[in-house]
Amino acid sequence: MRQFLRDSGHLIRPAIVLIVGLAAFLLIRTALIPKAFGKYGHYDAAALDRIRQHPVSYAGQDTCVMCHDDQAKARASGKHAHVACEACHGPQAAHANADDPSAHKPALPDVANLCRRCHEKDAAKPQGFPQVVTAEHSGGALCTECHQPHNPHL
Amino acid sequence: MMIPGVDGFIYPNEGELQWSLLIVLYPYITGLVAGAFILASLERVFKVDAVRPTYRLALLTALAFLLVAPLPLQLHLGHPERSIEMYLTPHSSSAMAMFGFVYLWYLMAVLLLEIWLEFRADIVRMAQTTSGWKRLVYKALTLGSMNVSPAARRIDDKVGFAVTVIGIPSAFLLHGYVGFIFGSVKANPWWSTPLMPVVFLFSAMASGIAGVMLLYMVSMKAKKMTIDMPCVDTIAKYLFYTFVIDFSLEMLDLVHRTYEAGESFRSLDFMVHTRLWVSQVIVQICLCTLVPLALLALTQLFPFKAAVRRAMYFVSSLLVMVGIFAMRWNVVIGGQLFSKSFLGYTSFKLEFAAREGLFTAIGLMILPFVIFVVLVKLLPPWPEPEATVGVGHARP
Amino acid sequence: MELSRRDLFAAGGKLLILASVGATLEQITGAAPPSDAYNLADHWWGMLVDIDKCIGCGNCVRACSKENQVPAGYFRTWVERYQVGEDQQPHVDSPNGDIDGFPADTRGDVKSFFVPKLCNHCAESPCVQVCPVGATFVSPDGVVLVDKNYCLGCRYCIQACPYGCRYLHPETHTADKCTLCYHRITQGLTTACCEACPTGARQLVDFKNPKDPVHEYLRHNKVQVLKPYMATGAKVYYHDLDGSVR
Repeated sequence: MRQFLRDSGHLIRPAIVLIVGLAAFLLIRTALIPKAFGKYGHYDAAALDRIRQHPVSYAGQDTCVMCHDDQAKARASGKHAHVACEACHGPQAAHANADDPSAHKPALPDVANLCRRCHEKDAAKPQGFPQVVTAEHSGGALCTECHQPHNPHL
Repeated sequence: MMIPGVDGFIYPNEGELQWSLLIVLYPYITGLVAGAFILASLERVFKVDAVRPTYRLALLTALAFLLVAPLPLQLHLGHPERSIEMYLTPHSSSAMAMFGFVYLWYLMAVLLLEIWLEFRADIVRMAQTTSGWKRLVYKALTLGSMNVSPAARRIDDKVGFAVTVIGIPSAFLLHGYVGFIFGSVKANPWWSTPLMPVVFLFSAMASGIAGVMLLYMVSMKAKKMTIDMPCVDTIAKYLFYTFVIDFSLEMLDLVHRTYEAGESFRSLDFMVHTRLWVSQVIVQICLCTLVPLALLALTQLFPFKAAVRRAMYFVSSLLVMVGIFAMRWNVVIGGQLFSKSFLGYTSFKLEFAAREGLFTAIGLMILPFVIFVVLVKLLPPWPEPEATVGVGHARP
Repeated sequence: MELSRRDLFAAGGKLLILASVGATLEQITGAAPPSDAYNLADHWWGMLVDIDKCIGCGNCVRACSKENQVPAGYFRTWVERYQVGEDQQPHVDSPNGDIDGFPADTRGDVKSFFVPKLCNHCAESPCVQVCPVGATFVSPDGVVLVDKNYCLGCRYCIQACPYGCRYLHPETHTADKCTLCYHRITQGLTTACCEACPTGARQLVDFKNPKDPVHEYLRHNKVQVLKPYMATGAKVYYHDLDGSVR
């Protein structure tokens, strides 16, 4: 038995190398894994909070109508009732949240191109949707010369 | 609106390929590792004595390639510094998460252990006979034990045998999981098949065996030693069998796919006939499968002179190695050339001097041979003429 | 009436005591938490897309791009135009994802329609399944997200998504995709794409909210998901999706 141990004694050495390596790894592991990892599943729960911190660019129409009551009323009675303010006016959270909103006054929409995006005739658009071949429709005049954007139906 | 390199309709995010040349290289390298190790195990476990002269060579080849294997992956990652996360929080549902552990297991518990056990007698001898920094290196490699008595060596032999036995399924796992990484992606019909891990494995074995064959022949020529013909005859035989199985499996996949003609068939068929025509049909199938299979079959059926056989083995091995690389290319790149809408295709732009470019790939392929030369200088792969104790296995 | 300092202190002290008692009582009785508290367990998010209403204007693509700083050439959402002949073989295009609209096509001889696409926030997501480290995940409220501090950029999730909705962000070198505007929906806003959609073709839904109109909608309308045979548990439901849609 002693002889056997003497002949195989050298095998303990690679075993020691492996065990020491494993122990070192387990130590390092506890230091490096994010604290909130595994709280809800196999991921760092703190990521949910980080993602929620992303700044908002579109204020949402509920915010716009808080101040712009007149435009909201005009819109509500017309065909654009369900078109959100920022759908045409672009992201306005900076304007809405500013201490002085008039310092972040939004630029007027580019009517020449804006209205066409929705209302240019295209075979793929639903049949009942109001669409025209703009080149033939207005003879070059801007849409706003006849249509009031918040309540556009004539 | 025409996007350069795109034909038909692709989803807007599909224009650029996600996995490029380095991800073609990685399975190729681990395949060589697995194949070389299987060849070594032929002798050790299955007692195919004829290939004994290549036993140590195969182990060192496997190690040289294994050390390089993680590099293409690191270079490909968006954040290589975070790759340790695979060890910290491996996601048990992801085949890729297995990589870190399978790799470490195979490196430490199989290959390094087996090499240490095999070469111990030489290491101890060198630790006692060399001087200077070489002596320090060898002393470190002995791990502090100088016991190379015949009894100790017999125990080494038994343990080495056990390690090799464990090593065979470990080698299968090391490369098989790569096949599973592709084969389990249901979103990609070019990849998704249960045959994928098996095809990868057999092609890996073919490339590994061919690689050892080439290295053996080249090394013997370089050292001006005679090539052991029974050895290379046997290696060629196993190369032939392995390659026949590999080719059959790939043909089975092709025939099955063509017969069932599922939703993706037309799109994939068109892709093979156009974008993959050269790399798959001409290079992989005709030049690098049918030709070596024919050559090897001829050597099995008819007696040729030794010099002629050596030439046929050399050419076949070279073609097999190119062909298996082409197979990896066709799987990885091919799987990303078609749109998942099955309505269009994109193109692969091979860069040259970028992180994942051609020059990097060439460098990564040369590196294992450099490491191999260093290893061979450190650990003699053939018995030195004057050596007496503990060379090869401790068998009479 | 003149208030002495003493009276002032006495009154202030009484107020303070009243306030403290009130606050303590509120804590003990569990009065309603502040209105911005978001409870993960109360929500299960998805989206409803009505093909009949989509006009392909691209407002959603532009709004998403601005709200989330999506890098040019990559898409968290996009709109495809289908032109389907009688053989049901579609011709599809999506010029720059529809970020600038479609060139007008008034051809009336084929069936044509628009299909907005985005991450389907799959309940059994194959992209989450393959992530090797847990950098992408399904949140408890049903949104598939990427932790960009943890993602390695291995791109396996991009390969595994059957819908092509992921990409590698060219600046952060991490996987990126639609987050269902998580930063917005968790504070009571709707997603940027739904806000900007002029026709109501896109609607955010919360399946766990008993008052959400989706419950009534699903009782009366036929809906489909993209690639149902993939069995990913997709939570973006399409109304009137044609069989030719890929």
